[in-house]
Amino acid sequence: MVIWPVISFLIFLPSLGALFIFITRANEGEDSLNARWVALWTSVITFFLSFLVWAYFDSSNASFQFVERYEWFDGLIDYYVGVDGIAILFVILTTFLIPICILASWNSIKEHVKEYMIAFMLLETMILGVFCSLDIVLFYLFFEGCLIPMFFIIGIWGGARRVYASFKFFLYTLLGSVLMLLAILVMYWETGATDIPFLLTYEFPEKLQIWLWIAFFFAFAVKVPMWPVHTWLPDAHVEAPTAGSVILAAVLLKMGGYGFLRFSLPMFPLASSDFAPFVFFLSLIAIIYTSLVALVQSDIKKLIAYSSIAHMGFVTMGLFSGNIQGIQGAIFQMLSHGLISAGLFLCVGIIYDRVHTREIDSYGGLVTRMPVYAFFLMLFTMANIGLPGTSGFIGEFLSLLGVFQVSGWVAAFAATGIVLSAAYALWLYARVVFGVLEKKKLIQINDVDWREIMTLAPLGFLTIFFGIYPRPILNFTAVSVSNLVEHYNSVMSISREMHLSLMTGL
Amino acid sequence: MSKVTLSDLLPLLPEIILIIGAILILMYGVFSSREKARLNEIAMGFSLALILLIFSMTILSWSSGSIESELFDGAFVLDMFSSFVKCLILFSSFFCLLMSVDLFKSEELSNFEYPVLILFSTAGMMMVVSSGNFISLYMGMEIQSLSLYILASIQRESLRSTEAGLKYFVLGALASGMSLYGISLIYGFTGSTNFSAISRLASEFHAPDEASLGLVFGLIFLLAGLAFKISAAPFHMWTPDVYMGAPTPVTFLFATASKITSIAVLIRLTMSVFPVMILQWQQILIFLSLCSMILGSFSAIGQNNIKRLVAYSSIGHAGFILLGLSAGSQAGLIGVLVYMSIYTFMALGIFSCILAMRRGGEAVESINTLSGIAKHEPMFAFLFATLLFSLAGIPPLLGFFAKFYVLLAAVGSHLYGLALVAVLSSVVSAFYYLRIVKIMYFDEANQESFDPISSIIHVILLISGGISLFGFAFPRPFMYIVKTVVLSFL
Repeated sequence: MVIWPVISFLIFLPSLGALFIFITRANEGEDSLNARWVALWTSVITFFLSFLVWAYFDSSNASFQFVERYEWFDGLIDYYVGVDGIAILFVILTTFLIPICILASWNSIKEHVKEYMIAFMLLETMILGVFCSLDIVLFYLFFEGCLIPMFFIIGIWGGARRVYASFKFFLYTLLGSVLMLLAILVMYWETGATDIPFLLTYEFPEKLQIWLWIAFFFAFAVKVPMWPVHTWLPDAHVEAPTAGSVILAAVLLKMGGYGFLRFSLPMFPLASSDFAPFVFFLSLIAIIYTSLVALVQSDIKKLIAYSSIAHMGFVTMGLFSGNIQGIQGAIFQMLSHGLISAGLFLCVGIIYDRVHTREIDSYGGLVTRMPVYAFFLMLFTMANIGLPGTSGFIGEFLSLLGVFQVSGWVAAFAATGIVLSAAYALWLYARVVFGVLEKKKLIQINDVDWREIMTLAPLGFLTIFFGIYPRPILNFTAVSVSNLVEHYNSVMSISREMHLSLMTGL
Repeated sequence: MSKVTLSDLLPLLPEIILIIGAILILMYGVFSSREKARLNEIAMGFSLALILLIFSMTILSWSSGSIESELFDGAFVLDMFSSFVKCLILFSSFFCLLMSVDLFKSEELSNFEYPVLILFSTAGMMMVVSSGNFISLYMGMEIQSLSLYILASIQRESLRSTEAGLKYFVLGALASGMSLYGISLIYGFTGSTNFSAISRLASEFHAPDEASLGLVFGLIFLLAGLAFKISAAPFHMWTPDVYMGAPTPVTFLFATASKITSIAVLIRLTMSVFPVMILQWQQILIFLSLCSMILGSFSAIGQNNIKRLVAYSSIGHAGFILLGLSAGSQAGLIGVLVYMSIYTFMALGIFSCILAMRRGGEAVESINTLSGIAKHEPMFAFLFATLLFSLAGIPPLLGFFAKFYVLLAAVGSHLYGLALVAVLSSVVSAFYYLRIVKIMYFDEANQESFDPISSIIHVILLISGGISLFGFAFPRPFMYIVKTVVLSFL
């Protein structure tokens, strides 16, 4: 066990980096390199630190580890952090992607480099805080705190309609999460506590569970995003700079899924099972409808954004199946989608940096000038479809397996989503990469350079690695998930017995 | 009635020194033959020193434990609660004076009576907070208001300022009349103006389900008068005009000290004089809070003048404070005190930002003049944005915790619908705060920069912005004080 407060260090190291960038003279021209290097080094060190946590983590133990607890707002909110088998994976996903984001914006961000790097470092602190919080108010603080840096990242360094997109992103997510705040307050008055491990063991009355579940659902459904509250996502994605889209798709959306997993399912199991058909219904619409919408998009980023919504549909579906396969699959799908969508958005960013358009029609025949690029895009496209051998397959397969045990029909409809995703992804690939290279702008286009390969290669490697050998992830989450499912099932069987005894009693 | 000795007057010492000091400065100004600029400097310097002295006396009396005393048959009450509120009032008066230093040197605001009037209004506010009798309450309120009427219209040359003063005077007189009528009704039905006597009588005659109709009427008129002072909707009409017309430091005084005073009276009336009539006053407060939050958030959207915008936003914040108060519980009182303190800090920053908005020696007030200011003045833009996010209640900034505590109280008292409206209106209000951030950061910088920001404003801005940004890290001493105050009050 590591004795020093490693989790706090992990959370606040990026902030420290931000402070360092803030005080150094790093604004324009040559000096902006300082900001880039400081940000890169900070994020790399944070990554190694999270790796250290991972190495010392006891995966056979379902409880929270590396726990730190200090009194904060006396008796009301504690500073209470730690990780379990589920959270640690999201932590690593975040710390792994941030250096890649910094690298990806190395040349494409030319103005206000210093502020950009500060925003990214603060964002990393907030995201890590979300995954490590063991106090529900602390969780809320970090969950909403993410909005501020992301608002600036979209609004300052974004595309043409960046103002609209940043406002929509901010207000939409804020609206969802304030309802969660009310639910948190109700939970505090009900239990007198805000720490998550305690709340996980508390049994809320069924009626209250339903209200609390709805309030939490608003917050997380907007974040995931689920149909019909997904409309902020395509705008935010299209307008955000490449790295912003990457972090948005790969990590910020996962906060919604993580929230379902950490709060909705274990704290309100009765309400979760009551609402499961409703969630399935929304997920199915998300999978089929947004896939169809993706099919007709003319903007590459928008297409990938809609495909993200469809893939997150598998996550919500798997989570609420309430069995081990479904939940494991959902977690796996979240991590794998984190890698794949990051890869796809990076690929879009690479050609956008060269041609400055995201219209699909402006491309064609890239394979002749950019073979390496074509390879990477192929890899991520296939993974996005869920081809066996890539991590996308494992996630989708497991969540379908989980849902199938609950309802065959839902699984059957969801499976059509895979076919549709093949349709839009392959069609996109064909239009962009194949064909004749005849557009004027593309004649002189260069293949990816070393920096870009550095960003794509780790993602590509992990996508295939986890596709062939998913056990490291599944092993890590196994104990926590089976613990969760056991709790879920025991609550369900108790309530069923009570219902039965009531019936016979009558 | 026992004889009052000089040492009995000790609790009243800060007020006595303040009044005498203010009169001395006034006399000096009248009879001195020095030139005007020098005179102004002296008046300002002495006023600042005086406020600082009173502030330290209040804190000292707190820490030495010589607190909790009554004078003049309970007409003047000194307890921890009143000391706490006085500290807030003195804090904002001090910064109001400090903010005015630059304006005071220029031609815009050069009457030497200006700091003296602030001292008088501060003395009035301190009387109000400490009053335990309707007569002393009304007297304090009038000292405060009369000084503020003049302060609002102190720029005699400016049409807007005189309009503000007139409006504030006419409507303020109406509100005072209403309060006075309410007080007379209460006196008529209880036979006393003393708070503790009224409280005793109210609980004796008061059956839980039926209140004495006269008392209820009196209370309604009294609350309406106070709602006017804290600019709660639907008694808010004067706010935007007066906020816009009055000199900015005076507006700051309106938004903080004057509001805090009336809220302190509200707290005393509801929580300690008429706690038995909670069912009656709770309805009124809920209604006021609901109106203020909704109106404050929606009306500010269309504003382009920063001072009008802040005026509407302050109406919304008054709604939040009333939300905590209408919970009628210990948690609610904690929430209100926390909210008032944090709001004072944030308003301090916002108003110094407004003061910093000067171009070519003239104050500019349209929010579009801020466009792209992040390029010219990165530090100013950063602090302003921090304060705006804090006002919007986005964690981890301090403003969030203010909202958190009042919402906590509201949910604890089962006011779910009101809490829901509160959070929804806070989302709406986030829009117009974000709009300013957007203008500063996202819009093109097409105009020249502001005039160099004076060092005083810079320091104030740094203090306020720094506290809003990092205040969340060290909440314990402050929360400890608030809890002690609340426990001693209830």
